[in-house]
Amino acid sequence: MTEVFKNVTCPFCGVVCDDLQVKVENGVITEAKRGCVLGRYTFLKYDGDRATMRIDGKPATLDECIEAAVEILDESTFPLIYGLASTECDAQRKAVELADLIGSTIDTTSSVCHSPTLQAIQHMGDSTCTVGEIKNRSRLLIFWGCNPAESHPRHFSRYSVTPVGRFVPEGRKGRYVVNVDVRKTPSARAADLFIQVPPGKDYEVISTLRALVNGRPVDAAEVAGVKIEILRDLAERMKSVKFGSLFWGMGLTMSRGKHMNVMAMLQLARDLNQYTKFTASPMRGHGNVVGAATVLSYTTGYPFGINLGRGYPQYGPGEFTSVDVLARGEADAALIIAADAVGNFPAAAASHLKKIPTIAIDPKESMTTKTANIVIATAVSGIETGGTVYRMDGIPLPLTKIMDSDYPSDLDVLSRIIAGIRRRRGLTETETLHADAENHQRTSL
Amino acid sequence: MGKAPSLVLITGRSTAQGKFLHLGKDSEEFQEEVLRVNMNAEDMARRGLEGGAEVRVRSAHGEMKGRCVQADLPEGLVFIPYSVYCNQLIGGDTEGSGMPDSKGLQVEVEEA
Repeated sequence: MTEVFKNVTCPFCGVVCDDLQVKVENGVITEAKRGCVLGRYTFLKYDGDRATMRIDGKPATLDECIEAAVEILDESTFPLIYGLASTECDAQRKAVELADLIGSTIDTTSSVCHSPTLQAIQHMGDSTCTVGEIKNRSRLLIFWGCNPAESHPRHFSRYSVTPVGRFVPEGRKGRYVVNVDVRKTPSARAADLFIQVPPGKDYEVISTLRALVNGRPVDAAEVAGVKIEILRDLAERMKSVKFGSLFWGMGLTMSRGKHMNVMAMLQLARDLNQYTKFTASPMRGHGNVVGAATVLSYTTGYPFGINLGRGYPQYGPGEFTSVDVLARGEADAALIIAADAVGNFPAAAASHLKKIPTIAIDPKESMTTKTANIVIATAVSGIETGGTVYRMDGIPLPLTKIMDSDYPSDLDVLSRIIAGIRRRRGLTETETLHADAENHQRTSL
Repeated sequence: MGKAPSLVLITGRSTAQGKFLHLGKDSEEFQEEVLRVNMNAEDMARRGLEGGAEVRVRSAHGEMKGRCVQADLPEGLVFIPYSVYCNQLIGGDTEGSGMPDSKGLQVEVEEA
């Protein structure tokens, strides 16, 4: 039997392509048409390397795993809930409910990707727009410290570099593309101008561009090895274009300066808006990380690095962010869901995770499932479940359930853990541990 | 010949890393990609390294072993795709930001 699903949303990266055509033949996905290489692998290999339910390395049933997870979380005094990138929004919301119930720290993979961007936006605000606006209007595209060709492969063709837009009818010919990076990545090949900056010098170069845009005298032949004439030409081009767009990635957020680098970008966009229309967009997204930041923001007020131990949300980058909480040896139990903390964290943080009771909820084996005490294997979000995912520009899109699964969803597992903890504590369905009614009202879901 | 100056490490996504993680992080394909220590030709020559050589990468926080690969990189830069291996080199101190220094870290590469 062959079934074809149209307009399927790909859950892998922040581009969230929603035009895939997925063919299922005799219960096997055989084609993911229009998907990029990452998207095709997401669908065609979704069933490889599946996790198995186990406790301390021994096979266990789902009920046993849930019971053991409930015990660990209920007895923890400083639990950490981390991950939430590769799952849908209802499961993310349920994770916040669990964090509220047990007074946990809750953090997402934003913590180690675009958290500096989120901090910068909190300081500055942002000059944002949807990817549709970029496609239809933007004639100058500046990709800074990001490599969409490898991280967001269809961004160029769907939203930015090559598409024919309503007000850019010439398509690629109507757009000028700049790539700024410390190395010539495959994205540089798509650019009309490549500017190489030394590592850690982005702030200087962005600040110089701001000075030039604002007509300030710049008395230097070059800045961080970049000739001033190149920057002067670029500043003029930016001011004279009708609609331009800045994009950045982890080249800014993971490098020295972090949120200051991003603040400089946001300031540059703000400056440019005195002359023309300019937008500034982070290249976000492994999976539904934007959804995680959105869900945490509308439930707690903050996008990542949150502690609910006092019965109300406290926000603290550096204090309640996972790498810090782990590297300092503070967390005494962890629930890692839809992310591979052990694989992605610095060794000092990952090694603490191996010392404390850890629950991993994941469809696939990972470095985290290998060392976790409890592994709960779940359905693949966006292939074996429906739900909602947020695109990098903050637009929510529906996921399609394509395959049936014997595995429970992330949402089911979190709901059962919550129910188990309530039972263990003798709580009613809506009661949390925190007596403060006002705080409860603020954080309850 | 004096001591070769230390290098700057950039960790990041590569197409192969993103593709092969779907085969599993233990898969041969994923392992091969994330153990690639991409370097500039002059930096390799200065250290007497040839393409494919087993190398040890050290930082102030840890070390990893990988395989040296010549790449189109500026002098002084090393690129290693994201995985548990390159994370051995990254420190746990985020300077109050939450974000580790995953790019721009001083490292040294030598034959293993």
